[in-house]
Amino acid sequence: MKNDILTVLWKERKALFKVQGGRSRILLVMLTPILLAVIMPLTFDGPEEWTDTVFSMLIAVIVPMMLVGVTIPGSFAGERERNTLETLLASRLPDRAILIGKWSVSVVFAWLVTLAALLLGLVTVNIKFWGGGLVFYSPTVAIGDLLISLLMATTVAGAGVLISLRANTVQQASQTLMMIFLLPLILFQVVAVFALRPMIEYLENMNGEQLLIIVLLVLVVIDVIVNALAANRFQRAKLILI
Amino acid sequence: MSNNAIRIENMSRDFDTTRALDGLSLEVDAGTVFGFLGPNGAGKTTTIRLLLGLLEPTSGRAEVLGYDTVTQAEEVRARTGALLENSGIYEQMSAEDNLEFYGRINEMSKSERNARIKELLTNIGLWDRRKEKAADWSRGMRQKLALARAMFHRPPLVLLDEPTAGLDVSSAVAVREDLTLLAAREGVTVFLTTHNMGEAEKICNQVGVIRAGKLVTIGHPDDLRAQAGKPQVEIVGRGFSEHALELLRARPEVASVESRNGRLTIDLHETTDPAPFVSLLVQEGAQVEEVHRGSASLEDVFLTLMEEEK
Repeated sequence: MKNDILTVLWKERKALFKVQGGRSRILLVMLTPILLAVIMPLTFDGPEEWTDTVFSMLIAVIVPMMLVGVTIPGSFAGERERNTLETLLASRLPDRAILIGKWSVSVVFAWLVTLAALLLGLVTVNIKFWGGGLVFYSPTVAIGDLLISLLMATTVAGAGVLISLRANTVQQASQTLMMIFLLPLILFQVVAVFALRPMIEYLENMNGEQLLIIVLLVLVVIDVIVNALAANRFQRAKLILI
Repeated sequence: MSNNAIRIENMSRDFDTTRALDGLSLEVDAGTVFGFLGPNGAGKTTTIRLLLGLLEPTSGRAEVLGYDTVTQAEEVRARTGALLENSGIYEQMSAEDNLEFYGRINEMSKSERNARIKELLTNIGLWDRRKEKAADWSRGMRQKLALARAMFHRPPLVLLDEPTAGLDVSSAVAVREDLTLLAAREGVTVFLTTHNMGEAEKICNQVGVIRAGKLVTIGHPDDLRAQAGKPQVEIVGRGFSEHALELLRARPEVASVESRNGRLTIDLHETTDPAPFVSLLVQEGAQVEEVHRGSASLEDVFLTLMEEEK
């Protein structure tokens, strides 16, 4: 199984930037974290606004979502669109190895780019607010950034697998995936407009750690459900008939 | 011990309300190049998918190389090579990487993979272009590469779903030649579906005809021609008058006579000496240049079988 997963990883790594339009699309998507990580800290009045608040977590949420939103459809729906899926399924590779191999490349790629963006943000605040010593993320923010970005990447990947299995094209899968993940953000904004004060009061009564634990728990639950569904759905007999 | 590479027992497969395969029973001996012939929608692709364990039968069962296609599907897939409806080539990857990937899938060592890539690409005349992206190749070249990929791990059985479909004549001939060459050199059993009768006639030593999910007949192409095809005499010449044709049609051994562009085709009820036909035509003022005895082609056999089934 381990060798089978490594084989899929080998191919996915080769294919990641070689898919038609893939290189330019991915480079374009990678521009977003770079710009966010450089521009956002420059607008603050002090380094702690970046290292001790939830602002860096925006990167931990948005960047994996965008990157996985591009790579997962390309990897799964793309295999069907390019008519290579059936031949791959006719090979001796177990379903699980195909799924894990493809899923891992997208998740690891997105997570590494996110961590690089967070590091870039840290470099930016250190340069702008240089006071003779290095500043780092507070432990809560650092742990939050690490875990939220990983959980976002895996959750979007699981959802992306499910959507890609039903989509005929990469574009269709990408658009559906983005819509699904942007919808909660839009809903949150709508709710915030009508219940901004009670929300602020409620959040002010909680400390950062408590809030982080709740967010992480919610993400873990969604993550487990979505990925369990994806693993269950990714079966040869089902895939061949879609 | 059974010498069957493939053994299908009363296998059926339904899709919703459609029965794609209807009680198919079939045995293919090891070392055979077996052609599975049938019109579009006859159940050929479904059979290949069932043999590879990509689909499960609604009823019945199949064994490939002694392994059950449902309970031992991974064993089946590990020992077979497949070229399906689409070539399955990763077009943005090089030819070398496409083969490398399938070598890794089949757990071949690095030295084994390298040697095999060189051997196969040399055999099909593509070694010098191994670094090029498959997307830059013609469809025929990609199909040849897909054929090499199917045979890459030296499987004892390869399943090919219409390997020359959609190719121009010269590409189809090239793929056929490569298939014949590789099959002979590798000693593999080949199960190929096609609706190209000429192809089946040229490369298969056993054929089965399927229609509406049912096996209509099976045998060596020559035997099928002998069984189902009617004997023929073809006479080439000039001055075949209508009266002469009427006299020929009136003979008891003659089933039908057709004249087109100085070529007279006489279908017979049974094999007979063509000399009396020639004499008759000469007496009626015709000039005979050539006489050929013939039997129906596999295409004629196929069309006859399809008509009989209607």
